[in-house]
Amino acid sequence: MIVGQSIERLDGRLKVTGRARYAAEFKPPNMAHAVLVQSTVAAGTVAGIDTTAAKAMPGVLQIMTSANAEKLNLKGASVLQPLLQGNEIFHNGQHVAIVIATTLQQAQAAAARVRVRYNPAEAVTMMEAALNQASVPRNFSNGRAEPDSRTGDPDAAMTSAAVRVEATYTTPIEHHNPMEPHATIASWDGDRLTVWTATQGISGAQLTLASLFGVPKENVTVICPFVGGGFGCKGTNWPPATLTAMAAREVNRPVKLEVTRQQMFTSNGYRARTIQKLKLAANKDGKLLAIQHDGLAQTSMPEVGEFAEAVGLASRMLYACPNIGTSHRVVAINQGLPTYMRAPGEASGMFALESAMDELAVRLAIDPLKLRLANYANADATSGKPFSSKGLRECYEKGAAAFGWQRRTQAPGSMRDGRVLIGVGMATATYPTNRSPASAQIRMMPDGTAVVRSGTQDIGTGTYTTMAQIAADVLGLPLERVRVELGDSRLPPAPGSGGSMTTASVLPAVQSAAIQLRDKLFVLALARPPAAWGTAAKSDLRLENGVVQGPGAQVSFIDLVTREAVSFVEAAADVNPDAASKDHSSHAFGAQFAEVRVDPDLRTVKVSRWVGAFDCGRVISPKTARSQLIGGIVFGIGMALMEETRVDAETGRTVNANIADYLVPVNADVPEIETIFVEAPDLVTTGLGVKGIGELPMVGVAAAIANAVWHATGVRIRDLPIRLDKLLV
Amino acid sequence: MQSFELIRPRGIDGILSDWHPGDAFIAGGTDLLQLMKNDVVAPERLTDLDNSDLHAISLVDGSLHLGALATMAEVAAHVDVKREWPVISQALLLSASPQVRNMGTVGGNLLQRTRCGYFRDVGFDCNKRRPGSGCPALRGDNRELAIFGGSSHCIATHPSDLPVALMALDAQLDLAAPGSGTRRLPLAQFYRLPGDTPHIETALRPGEMITNVVVPPGPHARNSLYVKVRDRTSFAFALVSAAVGLAVSDGVIRDARIALGGVGAMPWRLPHVEAALRGQRADTSVFETAAARAGDGAISAGLNKFKIELTRRTVLRALRTVAA
Ligand SMILES: Cc1cc2nc3c(=O)[nH]c(=O)nc-3n(C[C@H](O)[C@H](O)[C@H](O)COP(=O)(O)OP(=O)(O)OC[C@H]3O[C@@H](n4cnc5c(N)ncnc54)[C@H](O)[C@@H]3O)c2cc1C
Ligand code: SF4
Repeated sequence: MIVGQSIERLDGRLKVTGRARYAAEFKPPNMAHAVLVQSTVAAGTVAGIDTTAAKAMPGVLQIMTSANAEKLNLKGASVLQPLLQGNEIFHNGQHVAIVIATTLQQAQAAAARVRVRYNPAEAVTMMEAALNQASVPRNFSNGRAEPDSRTGDPDAAMTSAAVRVEATYTTPIEHHNPMEPHATIASWDGDRLTVWTATQGISGAQLTLASLFGVPKENVTVICPFVGGGFGCKGTNWPPATLTAMAAREVNRPVKLEVTRQQMFTSNGYRARTIQKLKLAANKDGKLLAIQHDGLAQTSMPEVGEFAEAVGLASRMLYACPNIGTSHRVVAINQGLPTYMRAPGEASGMFALESAMDELAVRLAIDPLKLRLANYANADATSGKPFSSKGLRECYEKGAAAFGWQRRTQAPGSMRDGRVLIGVGMATATYPTNRSPASAQIRMMPDGTAVVRSGTQDIGTGTYTTMAQIAADVLGLPLERVRVELGDSRLPPAPGSGGSMTTASVLPAVQSAAIQLRDKLFVLALARPPAAWGTAAKSDLRLENGVVQGPGAQVSFIDLVTREAVSFVEAAADVNPDAASKDHSSHAFGAQFAEVRVDPDLRTVKVSRWVGAFDCGRVISPKTARSQLIGGIVFGIGMALMEETRVDAETGRTVNANIADYLVPVNADVPEIETIFVEAPDLVTTGLGVKGIGELPMVGVAAAIANAVWHATGVRIRDLPIRLDKLLV
Repeated sequence: MQSFELIRPRGIDGILSDWHPGDAFIAGGTDLLQLMKNDVVAPERLTDLDNSDLHAISLVDGSLHLGALATMAEVAAHVDVKREWPVISQALLLSASPQVRNMGTVGGNLLQRTRCGYFRDVGFDCNKRRPGSGCPALRGDNRELAIFGGSSHCIATHPSDLPVALMALDAQLDLAAPGSGTRRLPLAQFYRLPGDTPHIETALRPGEMITNVVVPPGPHARNSLYVKVRDRTSFAFALVSAAVGLAVSDGVIRDARIALGGVGAMPWRLPHVEAALRGQRADTSVFETAAARAGDGAISAGLNKFKIELTRRTVLRALRTVAA
């Protein structure tokens, strides 16, 4: 079995030697370059754009503004305005022009000479200024959940409870900042469009572009063999990709547009700022009697779109509690459209819930871990459905043992190393297990290699590797004789790489195609069996090491395919999530344990130890899975201690739109991270037993750190990030 | 970025004789190129200083001479610097990243422009970048900006670490200008406070370049230290930093030097705190009393208020550590 083994990722060598080709690295002949020009006001209209000076600059081919841009079909598009379709400005940094020139440098020089005049209008740039405008989201969780929920009577339970905690938690705007910025190359051939673009969803990009340009879906080819990180900001087909295609059509040659690092702060979504009110009520033993979780999140003006950060979903199911209420409201302001960012909903929501649980533990003088165990849920408290699998208790136990949680002393400031304050904290992690329909195809080639094909993406998570592992196991092939093709919309369709569902969706399709191909190989072998097989049937055969092995003789795959005189033998599968999964509540779980060291005078916080135990279902590839766990925890450390997009209130413009001033952790901020797999296979959602793993490990990290900081200092930080100024009090 | 010409003259004379208005010097380029890419500056011609023969690090009569083109990495690793002026080496090692230190130079570091986010984005008004356009930072996001030396026109900080150490050590600069030879200027007179002309940052005359930095030795220099407080452990600018040098004999402080980074419109010396230390016993209560005055005269613009208290604590930490 190759599944379950720690193997090297198949794309690793290509990446470290620079041979993996990313979207911006394709080179269609005669390619021109485009640069975006963005607004410097947050609201109003464009009064005029003077392009005279810019147009006269060397190499400039065209400058597109809303005055001369082609009209797109906007029906059903999720991001509207910044496509040069109108004069209105809805946020600072909105695209208002695009300069196309022969070289990148010429386009950049000319873009700086474009003069935009505005009729500015009053802008609401901060969510706090418009809280009275909060409204119910029009489209919540893509229709998979209601914005409000209520089981039992939380208000009544709250008033009669022995112990209550009520607090407000806030999280800032954060940007994904993947290593690879957005980039698109677009090329038209008549009404056929090819785009090479950095995306987490080639199928979605294909559909959106076809619809915007009013061409059949088959006319659009989207190619994306590698993604240099997405974390959600490449999940939607954002305006730059569309604008590149518009530009290419306009100048009638291929055009490349690479979004700059600064423009990455205004072009492709962000994690919305949230204000969350948490109320918990419990009896004296710590049994939860009520949870009320009310979330406010910022969104863009409706003309641009809507995104509702689903902060309260985990509160509906995580703990056994008879009275639970949740609500979600959005506040529309003059900022761009927010979007999914690694562990959307849970990352922000669980900071609030798991901080509040810690506050409750303090109030009750109960060990925070014991409080979680006292409220361990065996069924989803809101839907009443059983969990499809749940290994959370083991996560708590194994994580606590590895961390040495029992050595924790209760009082804040009671653990020290010399003068340095030590704090330990824990939090729960959870993330839903998602699965979507997916297709795959496998071809056995005349040289005895298998080509596995699916129109999915590898966003760095190891999809190439896990697809090959599954196919190799079923087909009895060594890994080096399996080749994977993905990232091309001409391949069988698969869902976008988001919601941690790639493995759960695509692998069953690969497995199913492989089983069918195995069957075909049996049939072919039995059609002209070696003499030694006699009357052998399928059940006497097996695939191993590139041959069909029967009693006393074997036929190689090479012989099987070549003697049929075909280019390949192929099997395909389209698979859908099992109906049974509807009757269950499906989630991955984990337990995070953090130790921090706080400087007693300067109040700098350093994470000094980490143990995370995760029930992420069956683990296909321990090595790439561990990479996801480490990466998620590091992402969470950034969320806890430093990440924040800072907006100038007056102009609505970002002040730290670069990665020297938007801080993410460096190696020196990250301790040794111990990860533990608790494999509780989810056999309801997929026969393979997998759950999602990409987002789970960052959930709870911020709360575990905030709880540890409280334990070290006695200061409760309810507003992320936890920077030293908040601890200097 | 706008197109520009690059010239690579030889020697100081070649560089200076070729200079004309609109030119900019380029050393490591680690700051200048960022500013050019963001259209904050747009020089028509760049004069590469790499052939200037100003790379040497040497000792002259006990003083340290740093060529303006010596890299941050070379200076940080130099054995004499580490032994006689450790605060210089430490300030550099706590600056930027190894990659930037391999490229960045002494002269370029002294002339790094402010990290004020408003200054570095041409989509904002900024008095320093566009005189008279206003200072949005005063009423906006000023968490990282200055509490010392600012004005109602600009509260930007000087972001570099090396000049903080040099300021504490009373360094001098050798400057050379086209046609007028060289002059030597104390670093303390090199930087200009913003006043109502925040776009004028130094005493440099048109076409004048830094050729050399001269640092005198002394017991306070040998017993010196740099403490830098920031939002992440590495690769970040200072919220507050302190360069301290203490000359102590028989338990008595004979000389004290303290300069701050991250808080001033220029590297900020604290003469009153130094005076409170000189002649006193080198013990905790003296340090506490002196450090308590480190925030005197500070002015908060709002979000940067925490720097006042952090300054006191950073100075205290530096004093205790250097005396330990
Ligand atoms: C992400 C990042 C983090 C950083 N963190 C820090 C930090 O923590 N601390 C810190 O101190 N620095 C930090 N830096 C800044 C770095 O140290 C400076 O960019 C570097 O010192 C500049 O040196 P340079 O030789 O590259 O200068 P250049 O970019 O070449 O020049 C800078 C300026 O100096 C002028 N100039 C250069 N040499 C001379 C000369 N001899 N005479 C006259 N004018 C001259 C140029 O014309 C230009 O205006 C950081 C930089 C980056 C990119
Ligand atoms: S503080 Fe100075 S640099 Fe910053 S915006 Fe104001 S004038 Fe410009």
